[in-house]
Amino acid sequence: MGAGPDKLETPSPLIGVLALQGAFEAHATRLRELDARTLLVRTPSQLSDIDALVIPGGESTTFLKHLDRGGFFDLLKTFVEQKPTFGTCAGAILLAANVVHPHQQSLAALDITIERNFYGRQNDSRILQTPTTLPGGPLETVYIRAPRITLTGPGVETLATRDGDATLVRQGHLLAATFHPELSPDTRVHKLFLQMVRDASTT
Amino acid sequence: MADITSTNGSSNGSSLRLKTGLAEMLKGGVIMDVMSVEQARIAEEAGAVAVMALERVPAMIRATGGVARMCNPKLIKDIIAVSSIPVMAKARIGHFVEAQVLESLGVDFIDESEVLTPADEKYHIDKHRFTTPFVCGAKNLGEALRRVAEGAAMIRTKGEPGTGDVVHAVQHMRTITSEIKALTVLGEEELYTAAKNLQAPYELVRMVAKAGKLPVPNFSAGGIATPADAALMMQLGAETVFVGSGIFMKDGAQPLDVEVWTKMDANIGLCTTGDIGQHRNPEERAEGVSRAKAIVLATLHYSDPKIIAEASEGMLGSMKGLAAAAIEESQRMQTRGW
Repeated sequence: MGAGPDKLETPSPLIGVLALQGAFEAHATRLRELDARTLLVRTPSQLSDIDALVIPGGESTTFLKHLDRGGFFDLLKTFVEQKPTFGTCAGAILLAANVVHPHQQSLAALDITIERNFYGRQNDSRILQTPTTLPGGPLETVYIRAPRITLTGPGVETLATRDGDATLVRQGHLLAATFHPELSPDTRVHKLFLQMVRDASTT
Repeated sequence: MADITSTNGSSNGSSLRLKTGLAEMLKGGVIMDVMSVEQARIAEEAGAVAVMALERVPAMIRATGGVARMCNPKLIKDIIAVSSIPVMAKARIGHFVEAQVLESLGVDFIDESEVLTPADEKYHIDKHRFTTPFVCGAKNLGEALRRVAEGAAMIRTKGEPGTGDVVHAVQHMRTITSEIKALTVLGEEELYTAAKNLQAPYELVRMVAKAGKLPVPNFSAGGIATPADAALMMQLGAETVFVGSGIFMKDGAQPLDVEVWTKMDANIGLCTTGDIGQHRNPEERAEGVSRAKAIVLATLHYSDPKIIAEASEGMLGSMKGLAAAAIEESQRMQTRGW
């Protein structure tokens, strides 16, 4: 299948997908469908090879455990402070400035407060059509044991909501979703991130 | 306000998407059997992606015999209360009322499991009727696809539970993988006969032949006891591993004492009030913690022998185990279900 990046004159950016655990395969598949080059990132040294990163859904407590080794956490923190990064669900929890219920460590790069497992257990998981400012009308959003963004800082732009709460937010080079765009046929969120990556590489 | 239209449950497609979606979130991790709140805490702290709540792990069921049933709801509720990660629980094969109870308790995944004594010799649970996703065991592709047809959102190898002998998990994973490979080279007209031979629905057989993988995530269970066992199953194609008796068992029948002294213990004079909250047996607790951490580490770095070595080195003791070959056919759990 190896679609070459012949449409672009410069080599297209390499998008890392943090593959410590969780839905990394689904993200990588979606990004490749959109003609992006991807790399599954399992070790801290791989961070220097990539231009942008997706932190997938999974269990944030497990991510933190793995990031504990070999200075991974600090290197990742430096990376997300500088390079385009997109966190979904557990990834959004990791990016958040403040995590509650229960409180836990985070990369504290994105100025939001996020509450874990707010929408209940698996039986409360939902697929909803939600309002969005992205062009093309309501966005299909897949929530799985989802967290809720309870507070957004002044520099944070809300791009989609659920019952009035932000579910898709952007702050500079950072994008975060409490839902799972990688599990929806709607590709707008990943396209938006790839656009952010392109914008970052041209500036 | 009324800005949303729920599509959950209105079509089978979206509800299956939510069910397999949770299985996606569990990939690359370790799901640990836990028999107490304290074990659940240790599992989450060690980096487990989910816990399986049960009263007796398979090794104990094997040792003590009798009818093995769904876990007491009180224990499940207590474990749910202390866990921020998903909680799973087992229902007997065909026992749809146990499954209804587990769904009402809010467990995140139901394992229709051969580890428990089957309740129906003919029919598995109709899993489409539930909102809660199900995982089921399989020894081969036909069995896996029959379970998917019934609504399972995740398949795991059966292996031989409670033995600490990984040989049957390997056999089942290899069988499923090679049967999938064999399908991918067949012509369209050959798939009808393949479906007949596999005793599985044609549509699912065709899907597998096209995709080269199961339509739901494929995990592994049954006899995984060490970091190297976990890594072996991952290298063989498992997307996540279940570890049962391997973490908290001392030998075939006795769990490690990882508990803490409680107020009730003090009331009946087993410890002093000053001991409440202290570890009852710090050495055995450390052993359980070390095993849990080691298996999580090896599962993440399953293709890096250096890290697997490091993980194995850090593991204090391992369950004694029971050679699966020494178990009589009639005593095997994997033959339950069809």
